[in-house]
Amino acid sequence: MTPNIIIEDWGLINYLDGLERQRKCVQRVIEGAGDHLILCEHPAVLTLGRMTNPQSLLYERKEIEARSVTIERVDRGGDVTLHAPGQLIVYPVFNLNKHGKDLKAYMEELEEVAVDLLKNFGILAISICGQRGVFVGPDKIISIGVGVRKWVTYHGLGINVNTDLSLFDLIKPCGLNVRMTSMQKIKGHAMPMADVKTKIIEQFGKHFK
Amino acid sequence: MTKIILPELGEGIVKATIACWHAKVGDSLQRGQEVCEAVTDKASFVIEAPAAGKLESICVDAGQEGLVGGVLGTIE
Repeated sequence: MTPNIIIEDWGLINYLDGLERQRKCVQRVIEGAGDHLILCEHPAVLTLGRMTNPQSLLYERKEIEARSVTIERVDRGGDVTLHAPGQLIVYPVFNLNKHGKDLKAYMEELEEVAVDLLKNFGILAISICGQRGVFVGPDKIISIGVGVRKWVTYHGLGINVNTDLSLFDLIKPCGLNVRMTSMQKIKGHAMPMADVKTKIIEQFGKHFK
Repeated sequence: MTKIILPELGEGIVKATIACWHAKVGDSLQRGQEVCEAVTDKASFVIEAPAAGKLESICVDAGQEGLVGGVLGTIE
């Protein structure tokens, strides 16, 4: 299904350890390795993108850390977001020299992958012009933020599969006054993560040939 | 003098915000060294030094917008 994409599943991995592994993968792709699609989950962490507004954090650092949530600054676009177990993290490390050197087109393709993924599970989602990410009604279900080095991508999507949504009360996600949702909340039961992984791999294979 | 240019980032993208500079005026740079990051549309793009030399000037400070094709800084 994905003959040109190397799939890696890192399971549950500390955010900074994952970031270090991701950077090494980016370097390998820059040096000529094939596209990689990395799947993982992170223990609860708030990541602050390059454009984070301090007011997007709704609590003091020590109050956030008291809930066992760490805070890290990262080199991706966008504002603050939350990662936690139950959220499927997808890091496409793709060489855009092979897929068109167009950041806007790449971001839109990621959104289409996400919308088609959710369609597989009977969830009607949309992307909204001017607001990156994917929404179900007014609620955001998938966040997107990427970095690009020598036209090789890193960072990617946070898909709320079975995420503890109460953790989003700590922040204004992506700097927006938006409510977050999850596949679990919409379907009314926990979703099998393995199935979501299988489907997201299929969708990347269809969209990035 | 070599100009550091904000490159084409994709169709319809005409500007980007400089998120940060990794070097300050007077710093020595190697060709290909990462000098700054431009952010557009929730994507952060790393911009490299097009030549070796000293960073002579920064024309677009962090937090300001640069135009695609415009000069972000110069290398002497």
